[in-house]
Amino acid sequence: MNKYVERIYNGVVKENPTFILMLGMCPTLAVSTAAINGIGMGISTTAVLILSNVIISALRKIIPDEVRLPAYIVIVATLVTITELLIEAYLPSLYEALGIYIPLIVVNCIILGRAEAYANKNTVPLAAFDGIGMGIGFTLALTVVGLLRELIGAGTAFGFQVIPKSVEPIGIFIKAPGAFLVLAIVIAVLNALHIENRSNELVNGSCDGCCAKCAKSKANCKEEGAK
Amino acid sequence: MNSLILIIVSCALINNVVLNQFLGICSFVGVSQQMKASASLGGAVIFVLTIASAVASLLYDFVLKPFGLDYMKTIVFILVIAALVQIVEMFLKKTSPGIYKALGIYLPLITTNCAVLGVALTNVKDEYNFIESVFAGFGTAVGYTIAIVLLAGIRARINESDIPKPFRGAPVVLLSAALMSIAFMGFGGLSV
Repeated sequence: MNKYVERIYNGVVKENPTFILMLGMCPTLAVSTAAINGIGMGISTTAVLILSNVIISALRKIIPDEVRLPAYIVIVATLVTITELLIEAYLPSLYEALGIYIPLIVVNCIILGRAEAYANKNTVPLAAFDGIGMGIGFTLALTVVGLLRELIGAGTAFGFQVIPKSVEPIGIFIKAPGAFLVLAIVIAVLNALHIENRSNELVNGSCDGCCAKCAKSKANCKEEGAK
Repeated sequence: MNSLILIIVSCALINNVVLNQFLGICSFVGVSQQMKASASLGGAVIFVLTIASAVASLLYDFVLKPFGLDYMKTIVFILVIAALVQIVEMFLKKTSPGIYKALGIYLPLITTNCAVLGVALTNVKDEYNFIESVFAGFGTAVGYTIAIVLLAGIRARINESDIPKPFRGAPVVLLSAALMSIAFMGFGGLSV
């Protein structure tokens, strides 16, 4: 397989950031109240991820190793600020719906995780395709979770009434508990189908709940844990 | 005074940072396997979040706002929080080894905990003044501590139960969080 296509396949299927790597859980849970919010968040994150991967990959020989994390954070925070201003200007309704979770893209584990695990070791085009793959994977996952919650919780899909109004929707699914509920069931289904995922690392704190140190990818955490 | 108590109740219970706003999920589910670790992390979060809210509020009111640099807040806050945690860590190490020993290993964990940045940004969005920001930070951290300690207690019980195989590990923890979240929705009835 072409190595660029392989990157996309890797991001969408093999190492799907949400379902397999279990990265970026906060936005996944928070904005998946409707499919359209999931798409909006997914695309915003994808834009930041592709650009940050490209910039970090391009600067990988210039940024000294000791200060790479602060440097990455500045790059990512700048990109997020630009994205936030663009969304506020051109998509005010999405800006309202996503609210504080747009600036919080800065601390999304996926972005710093990919920078550490991939972009700072690979060429610019490969890093760009890695960003595209991971971004699409994240967007699809958010959309799926959002669609499930919207269907069960409001009886609609992308805002259109799908389930007849006579059927009472289960409102709890679009409220906060529904997020935990749907994610729990999705992971249980993955487990039942024997699809290998890192959900156990997420709850067993084998890398101290990685998000906290999320500058490192799960893979790097594992290496460090072995040391 | 009354409004400050209301801010604490609202931040700690009604809009619980983990169960309602989904900030700090990773450390919430990652560290909650042990009660002692959860309580220590909670203590560290209370400490850092209160200081971080104070510093972020001062910076916003006296630097960013007067100079019209409002749009720089995300960049400034994340860098200041990262630096602040380092300073707090060094300060504690020097001055109070006791506290450092109890909280030390959890301090670096908090740097990129999205709850810290989330609270700083929420305070700005809600136009809280300095005192209100400090109380909001403190209340949010108390809410985080309540949630993680409760989940640690539940997980201690879960470990001894017979869970269906696909639900072992993450799913049952998330289900517990869902039930806790439903319980916390009850606080929404408090008319604040």
